[in-house]
Amino acid sequence: MLELGYFLQQCLNGLSLGMLYGLIALGYTMVYGIVGMINFAHGEVFMLSAFLAFLAFVGLQDAGVMSLAVCIVGMFLFSMAITALYGYALEAVAYKPLRSAPRLAPLITAIGMSILFQNFVQLTQGAQVKALPPLLTGTNILGMFDHFAVTVSDTQIVLFISTLVTAVVLYAVIHKTPLGRAQRACAQDAKMASLLGISVNRVIAITFMMGAVGAAVAGVMVTLYYGVLDFYMGFLVGMKAFTAAVLGGIGSLEGALLGGVLLGLIETLWSAYFGADYKNVAAFGVLIFVLMVRPSGLLGRPTLEKV
Amino acid sequence: MLSFLPPRFLASSYAKIAGWTLVAAVILFPFFVLQAVDHNGQLSLAPMTYRPYVLAVLGVFLGLCAVFFLPAPLRALGQSCPDFAVSDVQKKGLQVLLVVGLLLLPLVSNRAELDLATVVLLSVALAWGMTIVVGYAGLLDLGYIAFYAVGAYTYALLSTDYGVSFWVALPLCALLPAALAFCVGFPILRLRGDYFAIVTLGFAEIVRTLLINAQSITGGPNGVAEIPRPTLLGWGAADLDERMMMLYVLALAWAVVVYFVMRRLRVLPLGRAWEALREDDIAARSLGVNVHRMKLSAHMIGAMIAGICGAFFAAKQGFVSPESFTFLDTAFLLAMVVLGGMGSPWGVALAATLIVALPEVSRSFADYRMLFFGMVMVLVMIFRPRGFATARRPSVVYKPASGEKTS
Repeated sequence: MLELGYFLQQCLNGLSLGMLYGLIALGYTMVYGIVGMINFAHGEVFMLSAFLAFLAFVGLQDAGVMSLAVCIVGMFLFSMAITALYGYALEAVAYKPLRSAPRLAPLITAIGMSILFQNFVQLTQGAQVKALPPLLTGTNILGMFDHFAVTVSDTQIVLFISTLVTAVVLYAVIHKTPLGRAQRACAQDAKMASLLGISVNRVIAITFMMGAVGAAVAGVMVTLYYGVLDFYMGFLVGMKAFTAAVLGGIGSLEGALLGGVLLGLIETLWSAYFGADYKNVAAFGVLIFVLMVRPSGLLGRPTLEKV
Repeated sequence: MLSFLPPRFLASSYAKIAGWTLVAAVILFPFFVLQAVDHNGQLSLAPMTYRPYVLAVLGVFLGLCAVFFLPAPLRALGQSCPDFAVSDVQKKGLQVLLVVGLLLLPLVSNRAELDLATVVLLSVALAWGMTIVVGYAGLLDLGYIAFYAVGAYTYALLSTDYGVSFWVALPLCALLPAALAFCVGFPILRLRGDYFAIVTLGFAEIVRTLLINAQSITGGPNGVAEIPRPTLLGWGAADLDERMMMLYVLALAWAVVVYFVMRRLRVLPLGRAWEALREDDIAARSLGVNVHRMKLSAHMIGAMIAGICGAFFAAKQGFVSPESFTFLDTAFLLAMVVLGGMGSPWGVALAATLIVALPEVSRSFADYRMLFFGMVMVLVMIFRPRGFATARRPSVVYKPASGEKTS
């Protein structure tokens, strides 16, 4: 079992899974950085985006679009645009009216929204699992290790590229643009930022939309990579992405990606060597362990609670 | 983008309603109108039907009109819900009346009704236990159902594998969840509330995974069947009717016990400390409350109540499986606690009764109930954060001395 080729292949698969977690974790970490609250419905936003990608694909096929590249680009654009609107609506309904309420209140409205989203999709799209045939079927052999071919599939390559592009774009927006400067200002001190003429509500809404776009990239990639979706998928994936965000240090973009990759590796290697039965236990065990030992995560800075 | 429109229009309610209706129309369209159908592996779109879509957008539009044009009446409606002002004597009388009424219920109801009443009473007791954790101490425990599961499995396994009787197993069904609550809570309760929420959610998932996968102990997804039914000093062994009657009385007795425990806890120093740290844990700490210990005690007491409710559940059903302990069940419980007013026992009891009994009464409601509860949870938190049924009043109120002016 401890062959190098097998190990490398599992690492590569873990890396792919980890990138998906990382993409969703970006949304958790950005929202947490600004409003200091967990966006509980983020997993559901991811689920919505996967359904949107699926519907976009079926719609494009029906419209007679044959080119695969056009289809995939269409899925990305459609899913990202509408998911961003869902993120916007989520913020406006569940967070904006409760800006000054006790901390528990927005958490409960977000849980309400996630129940609402799940059941909305179940009622409109049906409870049965949707399956999409694999679109990108090519695989490339990277090398042979003791007769074990380590391969990377075309889907994985698209996943790596889209994750890196998303991460770089988000990083550039936050660190290089006026909008990003406003976001960082709100994260530091929202009241002061508003005194200096920044529309805090607008910045928060845009942050939710950016997080939703990250989740949408993950949603499209899940549709391409696994091709299996149901209305309940956002719950577990959302929790694991949150684990990834905490592991990497909540509030830090690099940390979210790093945490996602680490969690993906842990989970995949655990399944490869110890069986898949307890992989969720392993993932949540990591969450509890990190919170016990280093609550600020790997790349996060310890914070003082302000009164 | 829309700057060609006059700014006064853009700032008006009309523009906001139009904008939000447009957003709703866009985001609802794909899910309502596009339906994929599978013809032997070939995916294509089903013929489009617009009726539900148009109705949904119309509903959003009317809701927006209500929110923007009637904010004052809505808010007043939210705040003017009955604030039951009854004296203590009346309250005692009402309580006795209610218990006597519930005791007489088996005489007039059939088997199905009695069964439903037992389920309602157990749900009320469980929701009250969660009220202690969420409503009193302000800890959002999203893994509450896990302690219920541990209690249920403790009794189920002890009785089927070792032949332990119900009354001997009962203390264990309380202690084991409490010990687990200590182990989970001890490291996590130092952190902020939302971390606690997520970790408890993960904990519930771990417990469920263990129940499913540890096949040799728990029976896996098939669960544990043929759990022996309890008897009360020989009562309840004769036939089905007598047993159901006994279970109903047991559930009622347990609900009354939980009620008194939570009423007493609230006015004890412990309950006041919980209340203080719920409102502001930094202030509570600076007043000398041992925040960590208080949170841990609330978590453990809640877990004990859940464990015993679980044992009753296992004894009533005669069968337990991991299916009964999903996040959906936690969501139901949370809906009961939130809609009931996060700390008011009667409000929670009313909400629990409605949530459990309504789907039984109307089957068509069952399909939409979670959608409905999600929506109501959001609306209640926005328009009436203190809950639907009753107001939550502080247990200690500052009474100004005579001569001092109140503002």
